[in-house]
Amino acid sequence: MAYDKFITLRSQAVPLPIENVDTDQIIPARFLKAVERKGFGDNLFRDWRYDKNGQEKAGFPLNDKKYSGKILVGGKNFGSGSSREHAAWAIYDYGFRVVVSSFFADIFKNNALNNGLLPVVVTPMFLQDIFNEIEKDPQSEFEVNLEEQKFTIIATGKSIDFEINTYKKHCLANGLDDIDYLVAIKEDIEEFEKAR
Amino acid sequence: MESKTLFDKIWDAHVVKKVEDGPDVLYIDKHLIHEVTSPVAFLGLEKRGLKVFRPENTIATPDHNVPTIEQHLSIKDELSRTQVETLTSNCEKHGIRLYGLNHPWHGIVHVIGPELGITQPGMTMVCGDSHTSTHGAFGTVAFGIGTSEVEMVLASQCIMQPKPKKMKISVDGELKKGVTAKDIALYIISQISTSGGTGHFIEFAGSAITSLSMEGRMTLCNMSIECGARGGLIAPDETTFDYVKGREYAPKGEEWDKALAYWETLKTDDDAVFDTEFSFDAADIEPMITYGTNPGMGIGVTQYIPTGSGLEGSDKLTFENSLQYMGFKPGDKIGGHPIDYVFVGSCTNGRIEDLRAFADFIKGKKKAGNVTAWIVPGSKQVEKAAREEGLVEILEAAGFELRQPGCSACLAMNDDKIPEGKYAVATSNRNFEGRQGPGARTLLASPLTAAACAITGVITDPRKFLG
Repeated sequence: MAYDKFITLRSQAVPLPIENVDTDQIIPARFLKAVERKGFGDNLFRDWRYDKNGQEKAGFPLNDKKYSGKILVGGKNFGSGSSREHAAWAIYDYGFRVVVSSFFADIFKNNALNNGLLPVVVTPMFLQDIFNEIEKDPQSEFEVNLEEQKFTIIATGKSIDFEINTYKKHCLANGLDDIDYLVAIKEDIEEFEKAR
Repeated sequence: MESKTLFDKIWDAHVVKKVEDGPDVLYIDKHLIHEVTSPVAFLGLEKRGLKVFRPENTIATPDHNVPTIEQHLSIKDELSRTQVETLTSNCEKHGIRLYGLNHPWHGIVHVIGPELGITQPGMTMVCGDSHTSTHGAFGTVAFGIGTSEVEMVLASQCIMQPKPKKMKISVDGELKKGVTAKDIALYIISQISTSGGTGHFIEFAGSAITSLSMEGRMTLCNMSIECGARGGLIAPDETTFDYVKGREYAPKGEEWDKALAYWETLKTDDDAVFDTEFSFDAADIEPMITYGTNPGMGIGVTQYIPTGSGLEGSDKLTFENSLQYMGFKPGDKIGGHPIDYVFVGSCTNGRIEDLRAFADFIKGKKKAGNVTAWIVPGSKQVEKAAREEGLVEILEAAGFELRQPGCSACLAMNDDKIPEGKYAVATSNRNFEGRQGPGARTLLASPLTAAACAITGVITDPRKFLG
């Protein structure tokens, strides 16, 4: 799926200090019935954002006007459960480009990377620093530098290195995906099949 | 030669190419697709002007959003119908074999794969569904993928994956009466948490595992994703070979002999090293039930809900939110709590042995008046066997009815939704908030425990009835 090239991002962040945020919460199953990839952002965190009458629930960070930005900061074990890529689509479609947590579920992490959404893993202590900073000043900004693999809390100057493999970094920075790569090595795949 | 685990042997045999400081290009033997996670992949393929690379290695069935009554009629929900029709037209367009609604072999994708003999030892298998881990029961490297990866497999029969780490979980000893594969799974997850297996592929071993039937092994491997692992597998043995032999896609004649000779080599070398190991005693496991909103929040059915003392910060908040959602108080006894619904089915516990266990338990008893029960077979073949074996009469005499196959109330994409605030004892795999419908409260358990709850109307230890 084509996505925007990832360049260095400076933005405010939206805090979601909840653990084990599963993909059923990110986008409930009843919103997976589309046959095209569009509009999933409207139902991001549907049952946490809206009550059963469709009214916004007060207190949920996405409904809180003081929070905004392209960075979502979640508690540990973010994205567990169902493999639905709709979860990554919904987060991206809503406008986020980076998700930060101390721990991501495997399938979600792959899905995010395949859609230009950068998962940034930080230490539990640094995660708490981020939450504290947002609580102190919701306008506070953060910088995500993909080239240097560095996440910085601008206000304090504190930064942390994050990991991403060279291949995926190249893909994100250039807006490429795995299918481009796989189609290009078709001959290798055919050779592999013959040799079995 | 370097010692290898079973997982290494299968994975390494499927690596087409290693990308420098990147993932492996992994060849996929069998690819299962369903109506929910495939349409965008086909769209992507068409946008790029690509064809399906190996259509004979992809098998399709609609399961996630299909109704479980009146399947002979057109699907009423327009969006669901469109998804199912889109799957049909994509399969026709690309020459993919489809086991559609009303086909005698239709069913939940992870139930029909093994039934048809598509699932075989030593294979790599993927599906856009996290419970693809089910197929690991056959000594198969099987795991769930996202839609971008579905598109990769359609385009190239490969995906790009970093190789997971290896974990061994041993369960030794004899299981106590009333304790099933589902209880083993819920017990393990309660011990290592929903993220304990993240980054790993599990091999289950030990005498309590090898003594499980194929269906029990499928239940256990199915739940390996619930501790965060990509998948879980079990070394194939006579139980496995007996199950596979004679099935539609299974090798025949000389091909069978050749396959069997290879399958018999599929075991972990004695001195192979795992990154992480756990071992448990089967005798410590009792019938399990969950009390919270993730599958790691499970306890023995006779136990008390944890108090949460000692938890701090976001751990404490998460625990409190979870109990509040469930309407439980810390320290409460779970047994005796009234329930409203019982759901027996899903890729976890919707096979014939599950229906047999349930029917055998409720035989001669009556469903409690306060309980609404949905008994949903995992496939047409399970439904057929239940009829032929007389299970339907037993169910009906006790006030239950057998529905038609599909994922049903496991994820409530169809009309099988648990109402807000109601308690449902479910044999499925996830008790997340709203999983079975907005506001629904799910308690995961085995078919035996579900049966005990269905006839008493409250959370009940099945061993009370087992003599």
